[in-house]
Amino acid sequence: MAERARQYCTFLLDEHYFGVDVLRVQEVIRYQQMTHVPLAPAVVEGLINLRGQIVTALDLRRRLELSERPDDQLPMNVVVRTDDGPVSFLVDEIGDVVEVGDEIFERRLDTIRGVPGELIEGIYKLEDRLLLILDADKAAEVSRAD
Amino acid sequence: MSDLVVDELVQEFLVESYENLDNLDRQFIVLETEPNEEIIASIFRTVHTLKGSSGFLGLNRLEALTHVGENLLSRLRDKKLELTEEITSALLAMVDAVRVMLGHLETVGNDGTDDHAEMIAGLARLAGEGDGATHADPAGSAPTGDTGGNAASDDVRDGDEGGAPVPTGDTHEAAGVGPAGPAPTAAGGDEAAVASVASGAPTSGAGSAADTTIRVDVGLLDKLMNLVGELVLARNQILQVSAVVAEASFLGTSQRLNHITTELQEGVMKTRMQPIGNIWNKFPRIVRDLAGTCHKHVRVEMEGAETELDKTIIEAVKDPLTHLVRNAVDHGVELPEVREACGKPAEGRLHLRAYHEGGQVNIEISDDGGGIDVARIREKALSRGTVTPDQVTRMSDREILDLIFLPGFSTAETVSNLSGRGVGMDVVRTNIEKIGGSIDINTTLGQGTTFRIKIPLTLAIIPALMVKTAGDSYAIPQVNLLELVRIEEGHAAASISEIHGALVYRLRGELLPLLYLQQELQVAPADEVAAGQGDVSDTAVSHHDGALNIVILQADNRAFGLVVDDILDTEEIVVKPLGKLLKHISSFAGATIMGDGRVGLILDVLGVAGNAGLGTSREPKNGSGAVRQESEANRGQRLLLVGTGTGESERIAAMPLSSVNRLEEIPLSSMEQSGNQKVVQYRETIMPIVWLADLFPNAATSESETAAVVVLSIDGHTIGVAVDRIIDVIEERIVVQQVSNTAGITGSAVVQGRVTEILDLTAVLSALAPSLLANLSRDKASIGS
Repeated sequence: MAERARQYCTFLLDEHYFGVDVLRVQEVIRYQQMTHVPLAPAVVEGLINLRGQIVTALDLRRRLELSERPDDQLPMNVVVRTDDGPVSFLVDEIGDVVEVGDEIFERRLDTIRGVPGELIEGIYKLEDRLLLILDADKAAEVSRAD
Repeated sequence: MSDLVVDELVQEFLVESYENLDNLDRQFIVLETEPNEEIIASIFRTVHTLKGSSGFLGLNRLEALTHVGENLLSRLRDKKLELTEEITSALLAMVDAVRVMLGHLETVGNDGTDDHAEMIAGLARLAGEGDGATHADPAGSAPTGDTGGNAASDDVRDGDEGGAPVPTGDTHEAAGVGPAGPAPTAAGGDEAAVASVASGAPTSGAGSAADTTIRVDVGLLDKLMNLVGELVLARNQILQVSAVVAEASFLGTSQRLNHITTELQEGVMKTRMQPIGNIWNKFPRIVRDLAGTCHKHVRVEMEGAETELDKTIIEAVKDPLTHLVRNAVDHGVELPEVREACGKPAEGRLHLRAYHEGGQVNIEISDDGGGIDVARIREKALSRGTVTPDQVTRMSDREILDLIFLPGFSTAETVSNLSGRGVGMDVVRTNIEKIGGSIDINTTLGQGTTFRIKIPLTLAIIPALMVKTAGDSYAIPQVNLLELVRIEEGHAAASISEIHGALVYRLRGELLPLLYLQQELQVAPADEVAAGQGDVSDTAVSHHDGALNIVILQADNRAFGLVVDDILDTEEIVVKPLGKLLKHISSFAGATIMGDGRVGLILDVLGVAGNAGLGTSREPKNGSGAVRQESEANRGQRLLLVGTGTGESERIAAMPLSSVNRLEEIPLSSMEQSGNQKVVQYRETIMPIVWLADLFPNAATSESETAAVVVLSIDGHTIGVAVDRIIDVIEERIVVQQVSNTAGITGSAVVQGRVTEILDLTAVLSALAPSLLANLSRDKASIGS
């Protein structure tokens, strides 16, 4: 099996270390003013104007059922390409782009239950911490019930 | 390479031929009513061109068919034959067959397998040449003498199928400059074909057009339109910045940008505009065929065929209009004997009319047939269980008529080939509403039916009213907007009442359901969130002692009021779709980028009404809508009432609302003098102002520092009429009781209990500012010359 190193764009969410495939990331931008969408699922934080394009911003903390972000902390936007156009993930802090090898990869752990378990593709066992890999497509899909 | 060249040729041939066929349809119909040598000659040339081109492209079946058609036409042209209905029908059938073949060519790549031997024989028989067989084989014994074209066609055919006579690869490509390069005879054929096109063109009036027009891919126009949309948004943002930055050079540049953008937007929009005649032109043929099968006589009249609409909208209304036209012929117009028994001419009349009104296009389809029998619809609806007897008694005729738009509803006794299966009217309505349009019916039993469709000019960039609720701005498409009402502090209780938890607002005697936008969107007002009481359902009237802003909207033929916190300005917006995550929220039609660079949501008025349980025609509510049942003649006119002068000497005047663009409050200090005319800078133009008070010499003038200005639009020019106060908008049938001899006043009438002067606006202007009116007509003259 050809072992190819993969690159991930990493970010922090409630002290957890997450990553998405760097090839899926269109850009990373600082906090943008947002338009609140009434009647929308709670995960939808609002709409941002990305150079004339309207992009839906999702609060990843809510999506992953983590605790709410403190009011004084402004999130960052990780804009990810999806089939339905770009979607922005709101995260706490942006990390580096890391390159990891397949040998330290662990498929999804069954012990992570519920929504987070479905959204996490797998885990890289880095030396000092764990890198949780987010399935961007699943994360960007929000059912009406949410 | 050769395939590519041939493909391109075929494509061009298809485009051109379809146009030619449409022309033929039209010309044949004209021919039937008024035989005309020129038209016969023109038809002959068109068919000849078609034959030449199809021969050249190796479409021998198509060629064989058009060839006999041409023969028949040449005998008509040479007056060896008289045009009969039989001949017309045969020729029209030929046109249809050609169309089928072209369709086959487009999808499969050849002209089909049917050799139309019967039709060819029929046409040959009509041409009086008895023996159809020789004509079925035109390549063999073509009598018309353009053997060059036929020979060429043979060569090309051989080349395509066998490949033998065509030189191989490289030389082929080298010679591929001319489309038919490889075969020398074919090149000759090419010339012949071109020549015949050229000879056909000038007479059909396309010759001069061909030099000044080019074909453009619609995709490219769509892209340009999108770019212009972006530019409009960027412009809106720049303008907002320039209002803050008070630097002269920047201000000048941004105003220039503004003008250029507006012109560019208009220009690009025009490139996508097509006259509605493009789809209407097919109707005479449809009506002729349909009337033939129904044994009816129907004459089609068109008015305003040159009215232009965006291409996407033209496409979208094509099917609904066709359906309505078919319905009118099939159900509307009666059989000749029935008509004569009713004292009507045997020939029915189908009148198509299109015109612009208030930034929208109105299309009317009227017939002078039997009209729609409301009683029959009522019965049908009862027997089908669509409505309960109880409901029916409470429904107005208008609401019963609306039932025909329900899915599966049909009053036709027999299901015919054409209509009566009950699918249709609901689809018509859905399709029209999809593009932001509306449809309504006027019918008089025994006299006919008129369907009136209102559609926006374009979908890409739409004017919208910006409103504010709970701190956020929302855009409401102006198509849905009826009027704006402001209820001053403390007056709410008088006009708003609560009936079993539902709020209604009384507007000129009509009860309108009233919704609060913040409640519909479940957003808490900003101050209440701060105060920690986010209970949004608790928005009773009593909480609103302050002024109320009500936007009166129209959804699904029903009017309702929407209370918003603040009404901002109108803005041109570009509709952008919402992502998958938000598409299901029916209250929003999309989003746009506002002047301040933020994203604004566009309200879907139908959706908002639907979510609130309003406007569903399945549960008709009595009197819930501002619907008008009277026919045009009885319908009251909408009038704007204004007052001038103060106290005892106040005079009330009324003017037609249709001429009024906007109402503005303009400080007297901002009025300037230009020549001997008062003017004001208004929306980047100079607007002349006249005082209504000058019409009434005795009226005392008020001492206010601002003037209420009614902005009128006359012949495309904007003029302001200053008055002392704007009173109301009313809808009433005015009976002028006393004819006036004062210039500008038609007469007086009693409106809402007060004597009101009815203004004749053109006369008002000529009385108050004769020079202005002269300017207008001079402008018009200079534009016209």
